[in-house]
Amino acid sequence: MNILNYTEDHHRFRKTLAEFLQKELVPQRDQWEEAHIVPKEAWKKMGAAGFLGTSVPEAYGGPGLDFLYSVIVSEELGKADLNGLAAGLHSDIVVPYIVSFGSEEQKKKYLPGCVSGDIVTAVAMTEPGAGSDVASIEMTAEHEGDEVVLNGSKTFISNGINCDLVIVAAKDPGVEDRHKAVSLYLVEDGTPGFTRGRQLEKMGGYSQDTAELFFSNCRIPKENLLGEKGAGFIMLMQKLQQERLVCAFMTVIVAELILEEVINYCRATEVDGKPLGKYQQVQFTIAEMATETRMNRALLDATIKGHMEGRDVIRETMMSKYASSESLNQMIDRVLDLFGDYGLLEANFLVKVFRDVRVITIFAGTTEVMKTIIAKSLGL
Amino acid sequence: MFELTKAQKQIQKAAAGFAKGEFDKELAYEYEKNGRFPESIWKQAADLGFVGIHFPEKYSGGGMGMLEAVLVSEAFCRKDASIGGALAMSTFGSESILRFGSDHLKETFLPPVAEGEMLPAAAFSESQRGGNFTSIKTTADRRKEEWVISGLKMNVINGQGAGFYIVLCRTGEETENSADGISMIVVEADRPGISTEAAGKKLGGNMTATSHVSFDNVAVSADNLVGVAGAGIAQLETFLSESRVLSAAQSLGTALGSLDRAMDYIKERVQFQRKLAAFQVTQHKIADMATKIELAELITYKAAWTRDQGRMDHKLNSMAKLTAARTAMEVGAQSIQLYGGYGYMTEYEVERYYREAKAAELHLGARDVQKDVIARAVIGKIK
Repeated sequence: MNILNYTEDHHRFRKTLAEFLQKELVPQRDQWEEAHIVPKEAWKKMGAAGFLGTSVPEAYGGPGLDFLYSVIVSEELGKADLNGLAAGLHSDIVVPYIVSFGSEEQKKKYLPGCVSGDIVTAVAMTEPGAGSDVASIEMTAEHEGDEVVLNGSKTFISNGINCDLVIVAAKDPGVEDRHKAVSLYLVEDGTPGFTRGRQLEKMGGYSQDTAELFFSNCRIPKENLLGEKGAGFIMLMQKLQQERLVCAFMTVIVAELILEEVINYCRATEVDGKPLGKYQQVQFTIAEMATETRMNRALLDATIKGHMEGRDVIRETMMSKYASSESLNQMIDRVLDLFGDYGLLEANFLVKVFRDVRVITIFAGTTEVMKTIIAKSLGL
Repeated sequence: MFELTKAQKQIQKAAAGFAKGEFDKELAYEYEKNGRFPESIWKQAADLGFVGIHFPEKYSGGGMGMLEAVLVSEAFCRKDASIGGALAMSTFGSESILRFGSDHLKETFLPPVAEGEMLPAAAFSESQRGGNFTSIKTTADRRKEEWVISGLKMNVINGQGAGFYIVLCRTGEETENSADGISMIVVEADRPGISTEAAGKKLGGNMTATSHVSFDNVAVSADNLVGVAGAGIAQLETFLSESRVLSAAQSLGTALGSLDRAMDYIKERVQFQRKLAAFQVTQHKIADMATKIELAELITYKAAWTRDQGRMDHKLNSMAKLTAARTAMEVGAQSIQLYGGYGYMTEYEVERYYREAKAAELHLGARDVQKDVIARAVIGKIK
């Protein structure tokens, strides 16, 4: 039944990571949730232990591991309820931009820090007026001699408070074509004119810092252009497959985790002298959830496999993100019912899950965007 | 049949007007976050007769029925699901006195509730899950002219701020019929021997704190028995059934509030050079939401109206609760989705509505509980 070929090395890595997380990070988890931030030291610990930027080539200080290691890191963080430390976003969504499109200088300058955890990264596409419609961004980048002047604002930026380096999408106001106007730039923390707005309050994901970023006559050296000028939109689209795949594997692991939790609960809890798990409707409900989760796992693993083989699995990726995120939201909604009054109390871990996962049908492309792309890929 | 009376429309308008004038987004945010009860709004609502509108006038009520109470709660929750929910809980439990209590109990406890002087608390459950009332362990021993009560009640809404509790307890021996020997007794909150422990933050309904309440040899007057000794379970069933209609009203209002906010947004927000409202998928989402709300409203009003005709229809009440609660969840989820990233942000309220919707769905029995009630009535005895 296994689609993915995890080797002994993978299993060992997973075990070491799981132990590391339990020992080093899990004890602080509630504090992070309370403080609405993951401290930088936690990132550095992750880096020092070799769990950040696992795909970064050895030449740039990374271990150069395959994509299954990325899957493992995200899965174990999810299992330990440590998604607030958005390592998947950093290592598998943002850092790959630098690996794929960065100049030799940029790679040498930034990648070792990305691996060690000294540099936490973010990517800033979304603006107050531009969400699903990425090409409608208004932030400007004007090239003036050796410098680029950035003006505009970004919102909903994950790692927005913690980031030391942010990849920003901005438009050359002199270029008419709304796609060809977009370029990507690397902006370092502390650059004059780059400020953070407030940290945004969300329904869930408290420990993960989501913020507004402001750029006001922010001058960066022109060497900070990432990739070619005007290729920003294409680079974003190229990276979306992996970005959404990361979302999908973060989602499916949570579904699997919940399923396990709820099965244990239904076996252990008696209602009117009978274990909850012996009620027929509960059995059917859980059978449905298990089936959906298994289907989502099968599609996901096949997609990961295709992705690792370098094939175009855009359609499957969109299907996987859409199906698994919608399914997870319905599942957690239904699961809380089984707890009765206790389904309402924050003391119940699953209430936190309910709040945390609501965003997954929205971030990194909404379900509606996924369906649009799927339809297009089917020739419609 | 399909139109409210002039008087009912006026009440609806008055309730909406009051909510518009007094409910405040910032206050709602602040109170919900910090678990504070909206005391001054509650007092004002009571002064204007919205609290206990379904109590008889001689007990400081509005002398009106369930349908009027539904209209008020719906309007309140539409303007703000959290404040509306807190106000809905400001009479919760006292209806058991209204239905079954002696004149003395009604005279003593209903006016302070309707006047906004006292909050009631329904102390029924004894487990984290709730339900399963026939296996409760709390005892009430009769000693001369008093009942002496001991036991632990879990997840009591208003458990900490209540003026009195309606306690489900065992006044008689357990028999083969598990419902035997269980009664309802009113316990004044200032009696010695009562202690409370906060149950902590909740997914929704945070303006009304939930607590575990412990009764340690708490003595109350023998007159505090609600209704008939040993009839506690039957009385509870009626109380829960009626409360489900009010809960449906809460969900209906919450669904409408979510839709209102989604409508505001889709008419403003432009993506791909078009208003969101111009996309067919958005239009159909809105059509679905509006249709579900219409159905929820019909069944909720019908349930309330039926009760006001003097008929008790447990099945219909559960159907209304099931439908309205689900509607609020489905409409709530789509509202968040339409808002995109903004929908997940506290500032835009729809996430709070969604949390309130789930809280309401879990209160008084989630889906399975309602379906059990409905199926029992529809199928009848299985031979």
